[in-house]
Amino acid sequence: MADDITMQVARYRPDKDREPGWQEYVVPVREEWTVLDGLNHVKNEVDPTLAYRWSCRMGICGSCGMNVNGEPRLTCATFLSDYAPGPVRVEPLAHFPVIRDLVVDLDDFMQKLPRVSPWIIRDEEQPVEDGEYLQTPEELDAYKQFSMCINCMLCYAACPVYGLEPDFIGPAAIALAERYDLDSRDQGARQRLDVLIEHEGVYGCTFVGECTRVCPKHVDPAAAIQRYKLKAAQESVKMFLLPRALRR
Amino acid sequence: MKFRIEPFVWLAFSGGGVIAAMLLPVLVSLVALAFPLGWIDPPDYEHLASLLAHPITFLVLFGAFVMMLIHAAHRFRYTLYDGLQVKHRTLVAAVCYGGAFFGAFVVLGLLGSAT
Amino acid sequence: MSTQATHGATQQDPRYHPAVPVFWWTRKASYLVFVLRELSSIFVAWLVLFLLLFVRAVGRSEAAYEEFLDWAASPWLVTLNVIALAFVVLHTVTWFSLTPQAMAPRVRGRRVPPAAIIGAQYAGLAVVSAIVVWVVLG
Repeated sequence: MADDITMQVARYRPDKDREPGWQEYVVPVREEWTVLDGLNHVKNEVDPTLAYRWSCRMGICGSCGMNVNGEPRLTCATFLSDYAPGPVRVEPLAHFPVIRDLVVDLDDFMQKLPRVSPWIIRDEEQPVEDGEYLQTPEELDAYKQFSMCINCMLCYAACPVYGLEPDFIGPAAIALAERYDLDSRDQGARQRLDVLIEHEGVYGCTFVGECTRVCPKHVDPAAAIQRYKLKAAQESVKMFLLPRALRR
Repeated sequence: MKFRIEPFVWLAFSGGGVIAAMLLPVLVSLVALAFPLGWIDPPDYEHLASLLAHPITFLVLFGAFVMMLIHAAHRFRYTLYDGLQVKHRTLVAAVCYGGAFFGAFVVLGLLGSAT
Repeated sequence: MSTQATHGATQQDPRYHPAVPVFWWTRKASYLVFVLRELSSIFVAWLVLFLLLFVRAVGRSEAAYEEFLDWAASPWLVTLNVIALAFVVLHTVTWFSLTPQAMAPRVRGRRVPPAAIIGAQYAGLAVVSAIVVWVVLG
């Protein structure tokens, strides 16, 4: 294994720069070091001014998403040795405004997520005395995959539609809507459908499929979106065919 | 529930996509390549003429061609809007689906002339 | 084919807003395949027109039919249609491979494997093609 690798890291200081630039750091390649380890080495030993987000360093918090050699990746799950002999390019997560260095502004997603009501919606809450909502393993299986989302935003960085049309509500938001629609305890599907049937909802997606390819938790947002399109179409046809009295 | 036209357009797009995927490979291979280039002897004129004169052929081809035109229009609309950044939603939709609508009449005319 | 970039910071908004480059779709193989797949729509529309011209020729006369076949054999048109057929094949292959993601049917409580869905579509393609050949060749 090579001893060192060069990391080309994007820098952007809003008070000084008009545009992002690059700074190169030479970093040791220790066995099992990830890109995040490389960044931490830079911050601890070389350049404490470098700004970036990270937390759990084990692929569950979703904080450390960045573009590594053009691919959206969790830097804690990306090994430096895979890029030997280097250099490896580290940029802020694509399609988001850059606040500083590798830190991006996620407000757009934060504003979009609540619009799909990502929580259990009930017409009537079961009284506490009646105990828990029971769910069979099959019922859990129906939505479990979509519940694995860690909101890391790699799918938004990979989605060309989101890059070209920022109004698009995006893969993770739709996958999370599907997670709740498929949950046997939930009764809010109609409410979410009204949000996602708009042109910036599911029908903005052109099924590129990159979101699924880059997702570190195998959520398959593309599948959620296509199934949602079909669901919306089925509901629309039913509404069109049934007499007014039977429509909800 | 809200009424939106998008789901219906998407259904037509999907149907047209399935039809294009299933019918175009064989039809194009025959009509555009095998027959003109003589790889397969082109069918007798009488056989083709009676085949195309049949009302069922007319219905099948009319449905297939119109669905494929809607499929192409829908896909092209997104290519214009997202890809080429022609950010005029209504105009792009009008041009694309309008083109398909106009195309449907061309289909009707050209198919009808053979019946 | 790019977005407007706000290069550099302003007093009101110190963030940097990156632009999507014009040739974003050349950066990755998967993006390129996607764009080519979308462009197949142009060739689908062309082929519908071409097939309609064939139908019209047959509708007119035997001479018109012969003329059509001669015209279709001209080198530039054959080239165009070979390219068009290539795009149709791209459409078919990508369409079939994406269907399992769009639908997840369950038979007797078990999820149908994607390979089965894809295989069934190709089987359908074979059957439809055979029927068309049988009908057209008579």
